[in-house]
Amino acid sequence: MPAPRPQRDIAVVAFAQTDHLRTSDELSEVEMLMPVLHEVLDRTGLRTSDIGFTCSGSTDYLAGRAFSFTMALDGVGAWPPISESHVEMDGAWALYEAWTKLLTGEADTALVYAYGKSSPGSVRDVLTRQLDPYYVAPLWPDSIALAALQAQVLIDAGDTDEPALAAVAARSRASAAGNSHAQLRGSVPRGDYAVRPLRTGDCPPIGDGAAAVILAAGERARDLCKRPAWIRGIDHRIEAHGLGVRDLTDSPSARLAAERAGVFERPVDTAELHAPFSSQEVVLRKALRLDDSVDINPSGGPLAANPIMAAGLIRIGEAAARIHRGDSNRALAHATSGPCLQQNLVAVLEGDPR
Amino acid sequence: MPEVLKAPLVVEFPFTRSLGPVQSAFLTGLRERVVLGVKTGDGQTLVPPVEYDPVTSEELGELVEVASTGTVSTWAWNHEPRRGQPLDTPFAWVLVRLDGADTALLHALDAPGPDAVRTGMRVRVRWAEERSGAITDIACFEPYDGGPAELTGSDGRFEDMVTGIVAPARLDYTYSPGRAQSRYIEALADRRAVGERCPSCRKVYVPPRGACPTCGVATLEQVEVGPRGTVTTYCIVNIKAKNLDIEVPYVYGHIALDGADLALHGRIGGIPYDQVRMGLRVEPVWSEGGRFPDHYRPTGEPDADYETYKELV
Ligand SMILES: [Zn+2]
Repeated sequence: MPAPRPQRDIAVVAFAQTDHLRTSDELSEVEMLMPVLHEVLDRTGLRTSDIGFTCSGSTDYLAGRAFSFTMALDGVGAWPPISESHVEMDGAWALYEAWTKLLTGEADTALVYAYGKSSPGSVRDVLTRQLDPYYVAPLWPDSIALAALQAQVLIDAGDTDEPALAAVAARSRASAAGNSHAQLRGSVPRGDYAVRPLRTGDCPPIGDGAAAVILAAGERARDLCKRPAWIRGIDHRIEAHGLGVRDLTDSPSARLAAERAGVFERPVDTAELHAPFSSQEVVLRKALRLDDSVDINPSGGPLAANPIMAAGLIRIGEAAARIHRGDSNRALAHATSGPCLQQNLVAVLEGDPR
Repeated sequence: MPEVLKAPLVVEFPFTRSLGPVQSAFLTGLRERVVLGVKTGDGQTLVPPVEYDPVTSEELGELVEVASTGTVSTWAWNHEPRRGQPLDTPFAWVLVRLDGADTALLHALDAPGPDAVRTGMRVRVRWAEERSGAITDIACFEPYDGGPAELTGSDGRFEDMVTGIVAPARLDYTYSPGRAQSRYIEALADRRAVGERCPSCRKVYVPPRGACPTCGVATLEQVEVGPRGTVTTYCIVNIKAKNLDIEVPYVYGHIALDGADLALHGRIGGIPYDQVRMGLRVEPVWSEGGRFPDHYRPTGEPDADYETYKELV
């Protein structure tokens, strides 16, 4: 089935992100976020009062406080009242909600932001709380352990080996040398086993960070950006929560999302993949049919900076920024959530022909 | 720049969850050393069992027993066990396909080292000595050299079915309040209240949170406010809070400190609860060694005119 064409042309017109750091404990969430909101607004000349819809992604479990996102709303000038929504998900899903809002015609512009401060708690433990509470969460399997199980399946299947995984990490961090926001750049040791077969070098850094993008529809996008990154398609899919039900060497949900977003209609030149672990890039490359002609994670990807809840939105932002700069004409952006790539969102972004 | 304030923050919850018929049978089975799966329409046996087919979403309910022995379908060596995990000595995380099952169960495998573990190895359940109807009734798996264990012949019906689980969850944090709130808390230790003024609309926020919610810009200029203030609204609390040594009824109010453009909350004391009113002038009362006002009491001044605080209600 061909992917349906969106009813309205909607583009990413601006993107900003923080420097991603191991800790930012001198700043509250809103203090960390505000400079990014100001930067993305400055890029378009818009003020918060000009924005038609605002949507954010974050999670209370990182902060350890209920309704923590309400504090961040101070940063977007939520008085007098604005049209606003929040997803307890990566900001990529907030962008999806904003995109549907713009499709309805109810708004012409949207501000999407996401943030995560991992430094106050233990990410490995926090992420266990998203697992099936009956059969899995009581065992406290942490995020690295679950990724390591997936890595071993790939190794057993002959899809990769430890040196190949190390090469994925090395390439990512070498690419990040050109990304001043990245947390890990250049040569990073493979490290000891974190949970075998994954070494610390196969795992993303833990850090604090935030990101924001502005979406605009139709002519408004052309007014706000010299070369808008048009969202030609976007879709997200989920698969069974039971790890033992899934084929962990594959990502049928990512492939289906890509198909519905129109990825396979024409080749892409860039792919920003939200693969926090080196082994997950192996899965996604296969599922998304990406060959060596595609520039994968030129930003360094999540192995260079992985602020939880913002890292997926950053993939969309980085892909869009390459189109804005003229470095890409057709890019794929991917975001994930849940253990072992359980949920996947795929977007296709294009620049006008030059 | 003052030192970053930090304090431990522990979030701990015993989640009480009820079970449907399938999960109830599975977890009761574990208590009785029986492992159950559920049959799908196309004849697959899912272990652990779920109530809906992950492919077709058809409702499932036909329980079948599988063996307590099986084969490792993947593994990962965990040399540093973390709090709450099944074993406190190094172990392998494993997905195990039990004999008779078509899907795999996640658990821990007790093995001497990574060299003793491989995909395809045979394992069997090691039962916990005390079992209550939880996934942890399987203490772990252990290496096993043999064929499928004999079934008990269970049909999934047991006396005294387990209908719920209590899943304790504890997460530990180190809380830092950030720049603006740190300055506020540090000033309170000197028995001063400081707000921050918005550079754009000039409003003074107390306590400051670092941003003006109207303008969406950082508030940086510190302004001393109070110590006196005006009650803008209040409520009478009749429910005694756990771990709080305050006699009910008591009054909790919004107090606009002099010079502030936002009211903060506080308990109002030193006056019978039924005599508190809007416009009452109050001042903070500090307990010995307290780092924040314990409560606010009447100053004895005449009540403030409504016009002076109506914007702050
Ligand atoms: Zn203001």
